[in-house]
Amino acid sequence: MVDSSTRQKLFGTPETNFLNCSKGWKSWAFTLDHKRIGIMYLIGVTVALFLAGVFALVLRSHLFTFDSTMLSDDMYNQMFTLHGAVMVFSFIIPSIPAALGNIVLPMMLGAKDVAFPRMNLASFYLWIIGTGCLLLAILSGKGLDTGWTFYTPYSIDTNTGVIYATFGAFILGFSSIFTGLNFLVTVNTMRSKDQGWFKLPLFVWSLYATAIIQVLATPVLGITLLMLIAEKTLHIGIFDPKYGGDPVLFQHFFWFYSHPAVYIMILPAMGVISELISVYSQKRIFGYSFIAFSSVAIALLGFLVWGHHMFTSGQSLVVTLIFSAITFTVAIPSAVKVFNWLATLYKGSILLNTPMCYALSFIFLFGIGGLTGLFLGALSTDIHLHDTYFVVAHFHFVMVGGTLTALLGGVFHWWPKIWGRMYNDFLGRVGCFLVFSGFNLTFFPQFVMGSRGMPRRYASYDPEFQIFHQLSTVGAFVLGIGILLSFVVLVYAALRGPRCSSNPFRAASLEWQSSSPPDFHNFLQTPVLTDPYDFESQVYDEELDTYIPREFANPDKVAPRKEPVHH
Amino acid sequence: MAVADSHDTHDDHHDLYDHGEFIAHHFDSAEQQFDSGKLGIWLFLVTEVLFFSGLFVAYTLYRTNHPEVFEQAHVFLNKYLGGLNTIVLLFSSLTMALGVRAAQLGRNKNCSVYILMTMVCATMFLGVKAVEYSHKWDMGILVRSAFNLTYTHPTPTTEIGKSLHISDYLVYLCIVPALLLAGFLAASVISKLINKTMLAKFMVAMAITVSGYFLGVVVGVVFMSATDAETGSSHASVITEQPLMLMASTQDEHDEGDHDEGDHDKAAADPNHEGDHADHEEHFGAHPADGGEASFDAHHPDPSTLSRDIGIFFSIYYCMTGLHAIHIIGGIIALAWLYWRSLLGHWRTDYFGPVDYVGLYWHLVDLIWIYLFPLLYLID
Repeated sequence: MVDSSTRQKLFGTPETNFLNCSKGWKSWAFTLDHKRIGIMYLIGVTVALFLAGVFALVLRSHLFTFDSTMLSDDMYNQMFTLHGAVMVFSFIIPSIPAALGNIVLPMMLGAKDVAFPRMNLASFYLWIIGTGCLLLAILSGKGLDTGWTFYTPYSIDTNTGVIYATFGAFILGFSSIFTGLNFLVTVNTMRSKDQGWFKLPLFVWSLYATAIIQVLATPVLGITLLMLIAEKTLHIGIFDPKYGGDPVLFQHFFWFYSHPAVYIMILPAMGVISELISVYSQKRIFGYSFIAFSSVAIALLGFLVWGHHMFTSGQSLVVTLIFSAITFTVAIPSAVKVFNWLATLYKGSILLNTPMCYALSFIFLFGIGGLTGLFLGALSTDIHLHDTYFVVAHFHFVMVGGTLTALLGGVFHWWPKIWGRMYNDFLGRVGCFLVFSGFNLTFFPQFVMGSRGMPRRYASYDPEFQIFHQLSTVGAFVLGIGILLSFVVLVYAALRGPRCSSNPFRAASLEWQSSSPPDFHNFLQTPVLTDPYDFESQVYDEELDTYIPREFANPDKVAPRKEPVHH
Repeated sequence: MAVADSHDTHDDHHDLYDHGEFIAHHFDSAEQQFDSGKLGIWLFLVTEVLFFSGLFVAYTLYRTNHPEVFEQAHVFLNKYLGGLNTIVLLFSSLTMALGVRAAQLGRNKNCSVYILMTMVCATMFLGVKAVEYSHKWDMGILVRSAFNLTYTHPTPTTEIGKSLHISDYLVYLCIVPALLLAGFLAASVISKLINKTMLAKFMVAMAITVSGYFLGVVVGVVFMSATDAETGSSHASVITEQPLMLMASTQDEHDEGDHDEGDHDKAAADPNHEGDHADHEEHFGAHPADGGEASFDAHHPDPSTLSRDIGIFFSIYYCMTGLHAIHIIGGIIALAWLYWRSLLGHWRTDYFGPVDYVGLYWHLVDLIWIYLFPLLYLID
């Protein structure tokens, strides 16, 4: 029987927590605390998101009219290249694993930190240096106009800052590898006693599958970029046809990483959604092991489909057919997840707060994004759709409608845990609505015009497409406002939001057993190991106004579930 | 359970390892720490294998599509030097394994000796490579774009080069090691003078390590002359008195210009492009220079018979061996760190992880060379 003062100490608002336990910039810059590193990463990727977002808005403004002269052709090429490169390498790939994952993963395992905290900090500094190097391409005045894919031979011949950008991406690759390596070891060796694999939250499974990809695929990108730099500087003759090289070989090497990379982007997002859907339906996730295995299946199958980015590159028909067939199979595990989430919602006790709104948006938008991928995976349609706006719309639906939406949902969900303060849910939901509607307005017309022949990466276009571009541009600004509003809501909440309790939403994974904000060491007591989706294990304590594990509760005062208060 | 103090209270600078506090704060036990480190290093090795795999794939593709390039190019590599390097690295893996064993038994002194031996082997490897590389640079054997084979040996311009008959490039490659040697020797003397014995021992060991490089250079030069007759290396870093006088040229611009007019007829007459190889070889023109007889043999092939793309072999050669050499250097740095810790007596029977992990890394570096050697040197 735990007494009231112990309960207060364990689950009440603590005086010292990881945020205030040490002060000064050095305590952050040299921290080994995964939670602080995660927050620094979150700030970093947000800056990258805003920078690349500004490039996108410039692009969309230029495209408002079909013959716009707002940007020169060269400037236009630079804008879409930088938008893509910064978004892919500096924002999306690190976002959920390095920002959310770093904060949440060790706590979900009941651990004090990740396996290699110094490697974690190193990964963050590599992110800073890599992003800086990437931005040197801009700051050096040379810019970058090859597209984020750096295709040869143009990337060899152009005088823009390809070397800065590729070296930056190379360093960012190491940041990613370190994060992945750390997570793989952490999940393997630092789980709580008796916490078997099938007692892990699905977010952990998804981060594990992501980490496998990060460790296996990223080094191949590393050597590819080094070879590109060697080709540009020393003319080694591997990709440059002038010296007997094969430019399509670059595409094979590049996509061997970059296709698995998109699964690095989406798998953690799916993991977040599994958490959100189950907590906010207060229902055990349907088909836990199917979702767990599907994450691993996607990670592995994802290595076998890179050629679907190259159907029109001149590769042989045989491999084209094989890649197309396997592309269809990799859609299956993703679909399994979608069905399982929907089944989880069925007869659940739904709380439609901000994170849940994002989770539901995800299912809808990722559904569309994934299905449109099938059109691109089918050979006959891909011939027509390759290099059109259809492709652009497809990947934005999965990356923005998918990953960004899940990131926002996850950030809102774990925000009260990190800061001990609650966000304004009404404004949060307004933000979600603006993001959802702005996003659809931006990218849905792009499917239509893409299928009608509008090519991607074009600075000017036929007047028949103008209306679609205009809808898209308006949508982009709405989307931008939505993201900005969400950002403001979150920052305000972190600094000034009303104090909240350790487990306001009756979640059952281990991180909710720490105080909000957590202590430096995460837990003041060994957390009680419960099934992460057994919500009955958490009971409402009136004194503390929060949910705590049944073992710690006062048996005389076990209350029925209390509806959380909306702010 | 009290709220844990978030600050590291070990402000005094005694060695943590004296108290056996080698377990990091976030681990529950030494076993968990060791298992984590072990898994971590194995995963890192996996990333290293994948990193090199891109180059191995490039090798495979080019060799499959241009077998003649590989058959022609390998004669310029000295397989005896390559074999020597292989034995040196294998021996270094042995000393490394012995070092790991010594650490496991807590025998810090033995461990430090074995680690030093491993480092010396590593630098010796680099010294032999320096001889190989400088020899090739003398012969104009560079990456594809700069490949310009010449059997005429450039006369050395450096004082040392002139007196020892070694190439300028080899001298340049010895500058940094020489500076390092001088630096470490100076540092060891200074450390001794200010009574920091451990530091002095460390500096002496580093000086010995760098000397291994020069040992490698000497052995390399000797081996190269000794295997003179059987390899294309008689121009190693040693000047011969009767240079061959042929210059080969890579005529890329020439090729491109040609294609405009002649192409249509050629294409009509030769729809399957069977004549193309002959064309390429012809374009690789050779002009006998100042009179004198040209004499060719298996190890000094007539440049005009070589494929236009022969330089691609060397692009791949330099990339693969260069990347490997960079990993050797990284390994030496890690070994130096281990050596320092051995001097401080850190290893105990219940704590020896770092030696184990660096050992694994070192074995991988050796293994990669075991693959490189036959693929590059033993093509026949």
